[in-house]
Amino acid sequence: MRALHSSVDTRSEVFQANRAAMLERLALVAELQATANGGGGPRYVERHRARGKLMARERVELLLDPDSPFLELSTLAAWGTDYDVGGSIVTGLGVVSGVECIVTAHDPTVKGGVSNPYTWRKVLRSLEISRQNRLPHINLVESGGGDLRNQADLFIPAGQLFHDLTALSAAGIPTIALVFGNSTAGGAYVPGMCDYAVMVKERAKVFLGGPPLVKMATGEDSNDEELGGAEMHSRVSGLSDYLAADEHEAIRIGREIVAHLNWRKLGPAPAQAPTDPAYDPEELLGVVSADLRVPFDPREVLGRVVDGGLFEEYKPTYGTSLVTGWAYLHGWLVGVVANARGVLFNEESQKATEFILLCNQTDTPIVFLQNTTGYMVGRHYEQRGIVKDGAKMINAVSNSSVPHLTLIMGASYGAGNYGMSGRSYDPRFLFSWPSAKTAIMGPEQLAGVMSIVARQAAEAAGRPFDEEADARSRAELEARIEAESDALFMTGRVYDDGVIDPRDTRSVLGMALSACHSNVITGTRGFGVFRM
Amino acid sequence: MTELRKLLVANRGEIALRIFRTAREMGLATVAVFSDPDRHAPHVRAADEAVALGGAAPAESYLRADALVDAALRSGADAVHPGYGFLAENAAFARACGEAGLTFVGPSPEVVEVMGSKLAARQLAEAHGVPVLPAADLSGVAADKVAAVAGEVGWPLLVKASAGGGGRGMRIVRQLDQLADAVAGARREAASAFGDDTVFVERYVEAPRHIEVQVFGDHPGNVVSLFERECSIQRRHQKIVEECPSPFLDAALRRRMGDAAVALARAVGYVGAGTVEFVVDASGEFWFLEMNTRLQVEHPVTEAVTGLDLVRLQLEVAAGLPLPAAALEAAMAGHAIEVRLYAEDPAADWRPSAGRLHRFRVGDSGGASAGDVRVDAGVEDGTVVGVDYDPMLAKVICHAPTRREAAARLAGVLQRAKLHGPVTNRDLLVAILRHPEFLAGGTDTAFLERHPPTTLVAPPARRELEVAAVAAALAEQADDRAGAPVLRAVPSGFRNNPSQLQTRRYEHAGEVIEVGYRVHRPARIEVDGREVPDLAVDTAGPELVELVDGGVLRRMRVQVVGADVFVDGPGRSLVLRAVPRFTEGEHEHVAGSLVAPMPGKVVRVEVAAGTEVAAGQVLAVIEAMKMEHQIVSPEAGVVSEVQVAVGDMVDVGQVVAVVDAAGDGAGGA
Repeated sequence: MRALHSSVDTRSEVFQANRAAMLERLALVAELQATANGGGGPRYVERHRARGKLMARERVELLLDPDSPFLELSTLAAWGTDYDVGGSIVTGLGVVSGVECIVTAHDPTVKGGVSNPYTWRKVLRSLEISRQNRLPHINLVESGGGDLRNQADLFIPAGQLFHDLTALSAAGIPTIALVFGNSTAGGAYVPGMCDYAVMVKERAKVFLGGPPLVKMATGEDSNDEELGGAEMHSRVSGLSDYLAADEHEAIRIGREIVAHLNWRKLGPAPAQAPTDPAYDPEELLGVVSADLRVPFDPREVLGRVVDGGLFEEYKPTYGTSLVTGWAYLHGWLVGVVANARGVLFNEESQKATEFILLCNQTDTPIVFLQNTTGYMVGRHYEQRGIVKDGAKMINAVSNSSVPHLTLIMGASYGAGNYGMSGRSYDPRFLFSWPSAKTAIMGPEQLAGVMSIVARQAAEAAGRPFDEEADARSRAELEARIEAESDALFMTGRVYDDGVIDPRDTRSVLGMALSACHSNVITGTRGFGVFRM
Repeated sequence: MTELRKLLVANRGEIALRIFRTAREMGLATVAVFSDPDRHAPHVRAADEAVALGGAAPAESYLRADALVDAALRSGADAVHPGYGFLAENAAFARACGEAGLTFVGPSPEVVEVMGSKLAARQLAEAHGVPVLPAADLSGVAADKVAAVAGEVGWPLLVKASAGGGGRGMRIVRQLDQLADAVAGARREAASAFGDDTVFVERYVEAPRHIEVQVFGDHPGNVVSLFERECSIQRRHQKIVEECPSPFLDAALRRRMGDAAVALARAVGYVGAGTVEFVVDASGEFWFLEMNTRLQVEHPVTEAVTGLDLVRLQLEVAAGLPLPAAALEAAMAGHAIEVRLYAEDPAADWRPSAGRLHRFRVGDSGGASAGDVRVDAGVEDGTVVGVDYDPMLAKVICHAPTRREAAARLAGVLQRAKLHGPVTNRDLLVAILRHPEFLAGGTDTAFLERHPPTTLVAPPARRELEVAAVAAALAEQADDRAGAPVLRAVPSGFRNNPSQLQTRRYEHAGEVIEVGYRVHRPARIEVDGREVPDLAVDTAGPELVELVDGGVLRRMRVQVVGADVFVDGPGRSLVLRAVPRFTEGEHEHVAGSLVAPMPGKVVRVEVAAGTEVAAGQVLAVIEAMKMEHQIVSPEAGVVSEVQVAVGDMVDVGQVVAVVDAAGDGAGGA
């Protein structure tokens, strides 16, 4: 491998302006995350604490190995919706008793921890990550169940939860529930579906129907403890495997359970000892263009992310708008597919296709670094078969079975999003930088296209075209698309696994890659038919 | 002339190592002896051969003259060096060696015998014009006569074991009614320590100086004084700081004391190394105390200022050689101070402490001598300090041009030492060496009464504890990361959404310190939830943490052993105890009620309400499926109720009995 050389001038105005813009975006992300971390606000937090209970993130922190890293997923879920940012649940990838696990924890200070559609998106995504990467799944449960006012949006995904939990178990992926409080009605199935259930004395409440419902259904008088107390479930029903005296003990038992899973990762160990990148990751803040119309060299990113800043480029002189090659990340070999100048031409598409096939032949995970405005349009390119070439690349990406890690650094427009392993293409993890923009096309282009279409329609109908109204609606549309393609908007809808600080890229991708190695890494050998 | 070829050292620890060192230099083969617990002790490895004595307590091992002689014969040794303590001043042993054809490195059995009897030695001294304190033998004195005898001697009195040494068997008595107990106690101690329970009383001089003269005699009849050692700083009559020269003596007094010591030695035809001990009062008047017919613990200070090797002189004299000119014309150069590093807690009434010494590093080269700092240690990393022997870990000696420099340098060496394990007197020694009164030469045996350990050694300031706890936490996190099974390349405590700090709690002397930290950007250090002002992290490794404390880079060395975290800072060394993250939860017993584990028949009930029970005691037995299940008390307490009788059928989960834990006033469930 060869050392990447940086030509970034950290004292340049452009660098400083880029850095300032990125820091501003990061401050906003930090502020939103702090809001999510604050749960339901001081009043509910105090009430919760007064009951001697720990906050969701405190439970997670106690569960994790001291000083081990934790990658929280979709921290800004539900941003831009009517629901609290964060989706009233914590999900993340962390280390418990030396085992990389997916951990989820309801935040009971947010409306009693009831689930909303974004809670479910995070929960189901966490289960998917567990399944794809073979990661034990630990649920720290305290939830009032679903928000009944939105039952229509919840009922079906809730069923998916029970299904996916048992599917994990069937796949030999351990599932653990630590029940700290309410886990009633549908929630009762979480400990019911998990391989292990631990309940906190005098706190856990796990039943299908509470006393009022039982009274309505059968006329029987009953109380919470009889129906679903931790003591009852630990001594009588057996739904609880361990009775914990308090929250700390429940967490300690949870750690013990993981410790005795006899867990072994199935992927290969790192091929070599990891080394720090050659250049300071701090400089990534100034490398990323504040103006997405200005492309930036992904090699500048790689020099600040991959081991030793070393990279072996594949086809460096062919299809140069796309960079492909190999690097080590935390000691593991990865293939890299990175946009260099936005547009994917015929050559770039073919190069990407070949490279993806090569990575599959050698069971090498692939990191996609997106900054693409899509496949090239125009007579010349259509006639040269850009559809066929783009289709080859999408075919290769779709049927590639090595883990994909996707990072949206900047633009992610059009079919470029697909070809570069966007969300629909099942990358194992997908993260965005705050600078990311994801849409079917650029806002300016989209508004322009709409304007041209409207003008053509007016002409065809012989109607006069209102230039003023067009300018207005064009500006409005451009603004709306701009807002909707924003990283916050996309992450709010859980279309990625979170917005990350560019400086954390190496750690985040490294954790994701390590998680992938909990499962076997096998490339696809027989691809589908390519249209040549 | 007797040529010595192979030397057995009838001792252990640092003195055995010390003697082996010179023996090796002189080309002698060496033989060690060892008790059962000393099988892997450093002194055993230092010798060419070793012989097991068996046993652990001194009486079963190092005090067994027959076993020692047998060991010498078995190993083919031709000489026996007794070291100090144990049988070093036991005439019977010296005689037994001689009878077995072995050269005993020391004076003749007759001299050992006469000097071994403090009473006889006094008489001898008196006869040769050496001043002695009034004294009386209480052996055989009728109980009603004791008061009169004591009165003649004059109060206060010191009860001493005739065969004693090292302060053991000594008692100060100020009132008659305490005398009988003191005598009885001294007898017991003397019997167990020296195998001889003879005790006598002597006038006790308040706050004297303890100054001794090193003498050396040879077969041709030379007797020479190798100057004095002042050993006034004592705890419980046990020397802990010794120096040469004494800051108190002038040339004239030195000559007078030296002459008196030489006269006494000459009178008995003394051959070998001996020490004549005196008490000296503030006016310079001195009295003979006793003569030790062996190498003293504190001999290194004499070696430092004279440049002589006293063990070499002992071996040469034992071989029949005359004392060399260097010894006959010895002169003093510079000043040497020795301290005795003990595994003991001065603040807890000098209680000996035991346990594994995880790390022992004194001086620049980890225990070995370097330059003018000498470390005579009998321990090393991993040595278990037991209760069978004297808890002295090492002697540390510093030789410098001036007394002040020697004291300062020695204090620095001690402060930088790494002593991880049992509590030691290190901080006390440092405080003494830096005390203005000590530096002014104000040393007398009451020094530690005037300046008790609790005032000499201030407890660590809160800030010191906090800085140590921060260092401990950072070292532990670094260690955690270095040993992490996965994700080792990710920064410690990485969070993409930081919501709280990593925390670790430590306990020191009842104080709990909670450290919060984030190593990863943005770094932060808190103690008890507040940011520590003026403290920044420079380096955080598993064994080295460098903190910038108020603008000063402070290097902290850390060793973690189980829950104990040893932090050696530039100012002080502290041991912190890590508070576990998870406390042992109370188990599923509901406030003392004990339930049947399965359905069955009660076949035995062994307690009734009111019975006091111990943890683990069987309360009842239930038979089910041909198996007997015991219901045992989980803790000590009192049975408050028994809810079953023999023959009852019980259901699973049914309460059988309720036990109120000891000290728990509330009733059971």
